[in-house]
Amino acid sequence: MRRFSWFNATSLTVGFVFLYLPMIILVIYSFNESRLVTVWAGFSTKWYAELMQNTAFLDAAWITVKVGFWSSTLATILGTMAAYVMVRGGRFFGRTLFSGMVYAPLVMPEVITGLSLLLFFIAIDLDRGVLTIVLAHTTFSMCYVSVVVSSRLVSFDKSLEEAALDLGCTPFDAFRSVTLPIIAPSVIAGWLLAFTLSLDDLVIASFASGPSSTTLPIKIFSAVRLGVTPEINALSTIMIGIVTVGVITASLVMKRNVARQKADEVRAAQG
Amino acid sequence: MAQSPQDVFAPWEDATEKPLIRFRNVTKNFGDFTAIDDLTLDIYAKEFFALLGPSGCGKTTLMRMLAGFEKPTTGTIELDGKDIANVPPNQRAVNMMFQSYALFPHLSVYENIAFGLKRSDMDKADIPARVDEMLRLTRLQKFAKRKPHQISGGQRQRVALARSLAKAPKLLLLDEPLGALDKKLRHETQFELMDIQEKTGTTFVIVTHDQEEAMTVASRVAVMDAGVIVQVATPDRIYENPNSVYVADFIGEVNFIEGHAAVVDGVATISWAEGQPPIRAKTDLSADTQCTYAVRPEKITITQDEPQDRPNKIKGAVLDIAYLGNISTYHVELPDGKVIKAQTANDRRIARRSFTWEDTVWLSWTDTAGVVLTA
Repeated sequence: MRRFSWFNATSLTVGFVFLYLPMIILVIYSFNESRLVTVWAGFSTKWYAELMQNTAFLDAAWITVKVGFWSSTLATILGTMAAYVMVRGGRFFGRTLFSGMVYAPLVMPEVITGLSLLLFFIAIDLDRGVLTIVLAHTTFSMCYVSVVVSSRLVSFDKSLEEAALDLGCTPFDAFRSVTLPIIAPSVIAGWLLAFTLSLDDLVIASFASGPSSTTLPIKIFSAVRLGVTPEINALSTIMIGIVTVGVITASLVMKRNVARQKADEVRAAQG
Repeated sequence: MAQSPQDVFAPWEDATEKPLIRFRNVTKNFGDFTAIDDLTLDIYAKEFFALLGPSGCGKTTLMRMLAGFEKPTTGTIELDGKDIANVPPNQRAVNMMFQSYALFPHLSVYENIAFGLKRSDMDKADIPARVDEMLRLTRLQKFAKRKPHQISGGQRQRVALARSLAKAPKLLLLDEPLGALDKKLRHETQFELMDIQEKTGTTFVIVTHDQEEAMTVASRVAVMDAGVIVQVATPDRIYENPNSVYVADFIGEVNFIEGHAAVVDGVATISWAEGQPPIRAKTDLSADTQCTYAVRPEKITITQDEPQDRPNKIKGAVLDIAYLGNISTYHVELPDGKVIKAQTANDRRIARRSFTWEDTVWLSWTDTAGVVLTA
């Protein structure tokens, strides 16, 4: 193994500090006894207890999860369909235009997307609420899903689908029982990405939300404008915890699958 | 295929026999490119039919039209007397074994084989018995529970075969089925394929670019070039009686000598070079013509002394010797610079070889050894 040089050690430290110092400070102050965010007055978990009493925050969190679930599910269905058409549809009239349009939200400024959605909802006289946020989030996260899924479909062996047809499947049955199970990891990855984007989104949600449908990012943002409270630190710490657990679980599962695949290949070679 | 003379399998010679597959004037275009050009071909039940040709000759397109993945641009394809142009792949009594095997990676060997049966009108209760039968046929019983990535390449090949045979199709298509196997395993598997074909009585159509493979397994071989079939015949006829320079050159090694044939009573006298005696060859031709005379290296005898009573003999010098273990190929240069290949079986130890480089030798062959080609 190569020796760990001073240069490597320094860049690693600087990188980590840059990325994580703000979050560490936030986590530490969430356990602060004092109401003042910048003065340390001893360890306490009272802000967590208080957070549990704060129904405004809890409602917002619940709405966020609901919006995330439905919008990412819709985005996954639509995004997978779009990816399938673009990769497998062959050449059809307007294909280039269609694929360009599907990916446009990736580069479109969020403010523009949000504003245009707001105008659209007003135009069709749709009351702003949970439904409009779900629709708005579906619109912008669908393209992320279709990027993830189409990159998997490109490397997908087309003869697998032909084999399914050859063995008596209808085209839909072939998709359901062969293509979908094989591309499932990328579809799930697309769903998770859409879910994360939806949880995270502030700009588009604030255009599309109504009085009864405040999502957590909107709630936090507006609360902070009146001053940062330790409650918000506590809430943020919980969110960081959830994300950390999720990421670690995912990487462990992935590592185990790779190890198992390797073991299988060794076994196959031995006959 | 080895068979006793009294029950030779040759339905193509019987005018009353109905073909299982009938291509009639089939043309297939992809844009400007003509993959298949006005092709007419009959394939009979229980045949092991090989489509042989270089890549891009249209053999895979022909097979994909049989499977239903491509439609002919013009012409008709009949299976069992019915036009199948508009029958989708999932409703044809045709199954295909793919070059990449196309095994479903998320299903076990057992589920892969059962996949087609579950989508047929077979009684659910009968499926396990049929799958077991297929596993036995392909000697895969031990691996039923494994996933495709947990077995070796040769085993995967057998799973693909078992899966495509499970529905007992009228016709099985094999697209370069042995291309991914190493040479030794490929030879073993060729015999296994013939064995299974005979046991199940299924009609096999195999696509291959490996002429040795086609010769080994097939009852008839169709040699293709640029979308047309150049010759359809049994392997021995393809080898011994090629109808064109293309076929003679594609199958095995061959010497070509160009000249002018004068035909008298079924014997051609071919004058081919100044100062060389003409070549005498039996032929079906009736008129004098420009021709290419083709003779296989193993039909040419190489001797030190001038042979007696041989219709054709030429003197030359050994230019090169290719020693292949079982046989040696001698490249013999004639006085005019032309090089003729002659092959001899190495039935003696190499230390006692009779000729070496630059020796003067005589090449000789009979008047039936070669063929006179005009195409």
